[in-house]
Amino acid sequence: MSTIEPATFATERSPERSTRRVWFVLAAVALLYIGAVAVFMTYDIQGSVSFARELRFKKILAITLVSTGLATAAVLFHTITGNRILTPALIGLDSLYILIQSVSVAAFGGLTVVRFDERIRFGFAVLVMIAFVLVLNAVFLRRAVTDLPLLVLGGIVLGGMFASLTALVVRLLDPNEFLYLEDLLFASFTLVNQELLLLSSIVIVAILVIVARSRRVLDVVALGRPTAIALGADFDRVNRRLVILIAILVAVPTALVGPVTVLGLLASNATYEMTKSFRHHVTVPISALSAATMLIAAQFVLEELFDFATRPSIIVGFVGGIVFIVLVLREVR
Amino acid sequence: MTAVAEVERRSRARGRFLGSAAALTALLFIVSIFVGASSASLLDVINDEGYARLIFWESRLPRTIAIVLAGSSIAVSGAIMQALTQNRFVAPSTAGTTESAILGVTIVSVISPGSPVGYKMLVATGFALAGTLLFVSLIRRLRSRDIIIVPLIGIMLGAVVQAVAWFLALRFRLLQSLYAWVIGDFSGTIAGRYELLYVVGAITIIAYVYADRFTLAGVGRDFSVNVGLNYDRTVVGGMVLVSIVAGITVVVVGSVPFWGLIVPNLASLVVGDNQKRLLPFVAAIGAGGLLAADILARTIRYPTEVPVGTIVGVVGGVIFLGILIRSRTA
Repeated sequence: MSTIEPATFATERSPERSTRRVWFVLAAVALLYIGAVAVFMTYDIQGSVSFARELRFKKILAITLVSTGLATAAVLFHTITGNRILTPALIGLDSLYILIQSVSVAAFGGLTVVRFDERIRFGFAVLVMIAFVLVLNAVFLRRAVTDLPLLVLGGIVLGGMFASLTALVVRLLDPNEFLYLEDLLFASFTLVNQELLLLSSIVIVAILVIVARSRRVLDVVALGRPTAIALGADFDRVNRRLVILIAILVAVPTALVGPVTVLGLLASNATYEMTKSFRHHVTVPISALSAATMLIAAQFVLEELFDFATRPSIIVGFVGGIVFIVLVLREVR
Repeated sequence: MTAVAEVERRSRARGRFLGSAAALTALLFIVSIFVGASSASLLDVINDEGYARLIFWESRLPRTIAIVLAGSSIAVSGAIMQALTQNRFVAPSTAGTTESAILGVTIVSVISPGSPVGYKMLVATGFALAGTLLFVSLIRRLRSRDIIIVPLIGIMLGAVVQAVAWFLALRFRLLQSLYAWVIGDFSGTIAGRYELLYVVGAITIIAYVYADRFTLAGVGRDFSVNVGLNYDRTVVGGMVLVSIVAGITVVVVGSVPFWGLIVPNLASLVVGDNQKRLLPFVAAIGAGGLLAADILARTIRYPTEVPVGTIVGVVGGVIFLGILIRSRTA
């Protein structure tokens, strides 16, 4: 049996105190976000101001969109699994994305892939990732409601296998082709296609609307299967739909900028800690704002301090791993 | 059937099994020597045809010996770790050991790029030991020893350590070297560049000598202290052996994913968990299996090679998933 305790969310104390607390946290996070955006937009501009502003504004848009998608996905994943230390990042999606890129470079040649219509590349990657989540769901997730650790370890092993396959494919590439691939492999906010950004925004906003409208059902589902059913929610149906939404929410940002999925784990857990709440109308917006703030900060540190010499996924992987260990040590008693 | 007869029957069955595993490994050993891009058949070697003898002594034989040493020692260190942590999903690659060794080599290569292999190996071993002991102290703080939570922590610890290595590799343009340490490969193994692996072979024998202590420690702390075992010293000693193996194999051939995990699990399906009985099987299957994988790596895209680590990563992953699902269904 799993020893990760389900439903580890803190119970709310007196209603008005917790409401005040939520408002306070929301205001603080929003202020931090605005501050981060302001610094990012104005810091050390050299050359054409309008050009730099436009470039940075696009980055901010992409970062905000990606963060919102991943944070929402993490919160929803916690809702169906009843456990806050799991994220979609752990089920091998990032490695799958890398594998898709490597295989397409190997099959069609780097130049062809890079020149290929970005919309088709994007759509293809999104579809493969969604299909993968659905297959994994069929094999693992149904049991995972009772056996989460199995899902997580299974996902990590699959991720490792994808990584090995990628390495195999990379070995078969010639070094010039590898250069094209290297650019595709790490998350980058520097060159995001505008059309795709718009398309992704529409998809993610649509999902957010669905989430917002069903927030009360989600609150009930988060209580766990027996309680949710006792309260009259169709737990299994909601679950099936949520898995599809989560798949889209992770696949779209990953296809847009590359793998940074662990971000959702950080942001959602920071939110639970700060708000002590598990209600979706609180956790989703605050997680999204925190994720965006963190990612802007990470990008800023990257550009200004490390001079682009490292990649966001490395920073996120480093911090994400530490947070995961700390969470497990605290949760598993 | 009487109990004595039953024990004898089982012992004979084990003997037959070990015999056939050893025979198969010996067969693969011979095949491995005579598979490769340049022609060096047995006849060529005997007649001293062309470069046949040179290839035999400088390349084929060293490579095959290296595979046997690495394959058996990595598998044996997995078995030791599984006994000491009482968890069959713990192995050098799921406890941060391998990743720490990789970080160690990366740091040496950044600070003093031209340092001798022995020095690199020492630093890698030191890092591997530090990482492993950190893992052990982390899991001691868990009150529950869930069979999957424990390796999860190890994997995440490995991910953090690996992130540091990636960071350094990107910063100091060592990405290609990093790939060589991360993905095991025997194509560069020639005479003069693998001899450190004999140390690893000696470690495997030492592990066998102390196998009974690992078995006892594997029963549990309280029990082993009761029967007079110095539990903490056994655990640390075992982890030192494992770290030396990790340090040397990472420097010489790179990491072989899943190897320390799947081989002991497959072997213990047949012989159970007594280390003295288990380790010879683990060593035989570890050596034979890696020989087979390497022969496949050399022939799959003949005459060019693919790294054996990638093949093991894919096939081993499938086997591991099977073991994982089976363990939860049972």
